[in-house]
Amino acid sequence: MNSRARGETWLWIAQRASAAVLAVCVVVHLGTVIYAVRGGLTAAEILGRTRGSLGWLAFYALFVLAAAVHAPIGLRSVLAEWLGWRGPSRDAALLAFAVLLAALGMRAVLAVFA
Amino acid sequence: MWRGAAAGAFCHFEVPRYASQTVLDVVTHIQRHLDPTLAYRYACRVGMCGSCAMTVNGIARWTCRTHVDKVAQDGRLEIAPLANLPVIRDLVADMSAFFDKWARAQGRFAGARTRLDDFERVPPQSEARLQADAGIECIGCGVCYASCDVVAWNPDYLGPAALNRAWTLVQDERDAGRAARLRAVAGDAGCHACHTHMSCTERCPKHIAPTAAIGGLKRAVARAALRGEL
Amino acid sequence: MTDIRARNHPSYWTFVVHRVSGIALALFLPLHFWALGQALEGAPRLDAFLAWSAQPLVRLAEWGLVLALAAHLGGGLRVLALEFLPWRDWQKSLTAAAAAATLAVGLAFALAL
Repeated sequence: MNSRARGETWLWIAQRASAAVLAVCVVVHLGTVIYAVRGGLTAAEILGRTRGSLGWLAFYALFVLAAAVHAPIGLRSVLAEWLGWRGPSRDAALLAFAVLLAALGMRAVLAVFA
Repeated sequence: MWRGAAAGAFCHFEVPRYASQTVLDVVTHIQRHLDPTLAYRYACRVGMCGSCAMTVNGIARWTCRTHVDKVAQDGRLEIAPLANLPVIRDLVADMSAFFDKWARAQGRFAGARTRLDDFERVPPQSEARLQADAGIECIGCGVCYASCDVVAWNPDYLGPAALNRAWTLVQDERDAGRAARLRAVAGDAGCHACHTHMSCTERCPKHIAPTAAIGGLKRAVARAALRGEL
Repeated sequence: MTDIRARNHPSYWTFVVHRVSGIALALFLPLHFWALGQALEGAPRLDAFLAWSAQPLVRLAEWGLVLALAAHLGGGLRVLALEFLPWRDWQKSLTAAAAAATLAVGLAFALAL
């Protein structure tokens, strides 16, 4: 019997759900980046726009968490198919990567928006 | 032409060119007139059985339905056995793994009625029946399996043909084995390993789209998981 | 090397772009977060980083990353369409749509710089 069926199905669901969230976030992000980058960029300009904005903080917090789910699950297939790395060690490494992304990401969100 | 098994080499043969010649004609000519030790498979030679599937110029095809004029480059052909399968000898691939995976995907109808029950009424235009019909013509030739990169990268992957067959049964309202089948086709060895390269759909000689079937399986499996039925 | 002969069709190349862009983004993302986190140390730190990133090679890499993001989004929308929408033949031309959208975004970013 296929003992990993349930777990891997949930990973697939999480991947597609986070993809849908990221699709929206990425469109907004690309739009704001292209808008902001016109004519050059300084820290003061960026931080002047972003500091103290609760709405943007919430948006980017969601963005970070969705990315922290999506990227490791995506890499999971790559590691298995192109490096032959399967099993618990791969999944542990990816979990660590997810935690790293979430931690660094939330640090950045607080740095820029709080 | 490939000679040998896993270890072997390409050997050169000069074959006379005729009008309307197929690649199967070429292989047959070699075996009958040039080298009787050549091993290869064919049966119907009219595009119904799929036995003659081989790799021609790097692409998996039915050799009986491949005209030399369409594929020969500078009058040369490169003929090898189907990819992603162990080679028994020369152009003969071992199809056991292909059919084992068919069984592992529960590609077999599980009926719930007996001869004493009335017939099941299946509306031929129902969405489910149309979906099943779209994939039901598969004859198990192995071309899709040989064309799939995930099959090459993941030895456990059930492959497009087995998953396509499982989907036709999931869509068959007479079938009683749905729960077990969905469990069998889920996961990294099943439908979730498909990355929509669509080489299977591109190469299928019967114009079946296993990618569509696998997409259907992904949805069905997810729905079952969300309902706690997986 | 991989035998391209059987793989030389649009959906395969879309997959390759999608996977390679995904890997690039996954590797880049920690750096991106770290750099922005530098703002915690105050505006001067961020400005120093921005000054460094004004170099032409870095600019080119940034443009490459924006392109990778757009390409990955385009490819991802194609996968979602193939997996969730009922099968239609036009889905095969989703590849073209994804590519077009990617180029549009890449151009927009290049012009904005």
